Amino acid sequence: MTTEPFEVIVQRHGPTVLRVCRALVGGDDADDAWSETFLSALRGYDELPGDANVEAWLVTIAHRRSIDLIRARARRAVPAEEIADRPAPARSGPLGDLDLLRAVAALPDRQRQAVAYHHLVGLPHEEVARVIGGTPAAARKAASDGVKALRERLGAATQTAPLTRTTDGEGR
Amino acid sequence: MTEHEKTEHETTVDDVAGTTADDTTEADAALVAALRAPASPDPDGDDPARLAALHARLERAAAAEGLDEIAYREIDSPYGSLLLAATAAGLVRVAFAIEDHERVLATLAEKVSPRILRSPARTGHVARQLDEYFAGRRRSFDLPLDLRLTAGFRRSVVEHLPHIPFGRTESYAEVATATGSPKAVRAVGTACATNPLPIVVPCHRVVRTDGTIGQYLGGTEAKLALLEFEGARPRR
Repeated sequence: MTTEPFEVIVQRHGPTVLRVCRALVGGDDADDAWSETFLSALRGYDELPGDANVEAWLVTIAHRRSIDLIRARARRAVPAEEIADRPAPARSGPLGDLDLLRAVAALPDRQRQAVAYHHLVGLPHEEVARVIGGTPAAARKAASDGVKALRERLGAATQTAPLTRTTDGEGR
Repeated sequence: MTEHEKTEHETTVDDVAGTTADDTTEADAALVAALRAPASPDPDGDDPARLAALHARLERAAAAEGLDEIAYREIDSPYGSLLLAATAAGLVRVAFAIEDHERVLATLAEKVSPRILRSPARTGHVARQLDEYFAGRRRSFDLPLDLRLTAGFRRSVVEHLPHIPFGRTESYAEVATATGSPKAVRAVGTACATNPLPIVVPCHRVVRTDGTIGQYLGGTEAKLALLEFEGARPRR
């Protein structure tokens, strides 16, 4: 059983889980997905083995909770394309993180999940496969296809305004 | 763990880039880097405020289900930052900064429960009473206490201490007599040194028989300052 205070887990992984939730369910439901994820995690926290990969565990929970949310959204008959098929808005400035996550949210299910868990979180393909099902090779393909689709969708934006991190220097 | 993940990630980035020839563009490398770490500053970003609001929501939801087995907050005091931690039963731990709050929380996770959440709302009444005490408007505390971190003789000492009034002191020997073990003077010292609820359970009011102040888990300066603040005229 783990003995790290749960608050440490929230502080350490909260920001990444928020990006994952934005990429999985879109900005509007990301708060619900984040809250459901950490509440479920707190419920099951005493059963988490001490040597468990906490990040992979949280991703598994976020995965399930966001599937629940997407199903509930479908039942509420809110048009899914409202979130999913809206292209990233054209802007003159550099592409922001929220635009990028919105573009991920618009990918097909498996690509979206593979890109989120492998690229946003950094889970290896084997772990991603455990979460989304299928083989590690299929998870790798889904992540690769997802990046390709993102590049096509964001192509114009990335050409005019390269996605550079501030540590690489600004204004390039 | 984090180091391992980073390494894992770097290799898999190369893997993805290497799987097909048309994936090896610079745009992909930039894209993958942006996915891994947010390009900042984000023009639409409100993450710190958003995360604070989400945390508050988590605190409320956890409290509603009784999942936050330990709720804590930190407050400023004349004696430095104080950690206040409470269970459903009551205040379970008060800690000075020199005790290292992170370590105190880790110990609570081990001894009581790892379901620990920062929750200013759930510890608000404790903070309020301490603020009143530091402002000179309160002389005793009216709080439910959870004494599970102390047991046996130490616990009977901790239970006796609130009977020493504000502004007064007792010697270690007097406390030993009051708890029915007149010879256990050293054990009283140990009980005070391991008091899980300093200030609220006033172990600072226990001094040596000659009136000098003796040790204090918050440091002797804090003990002296507390006794002077209460008007007890301690001797160094």
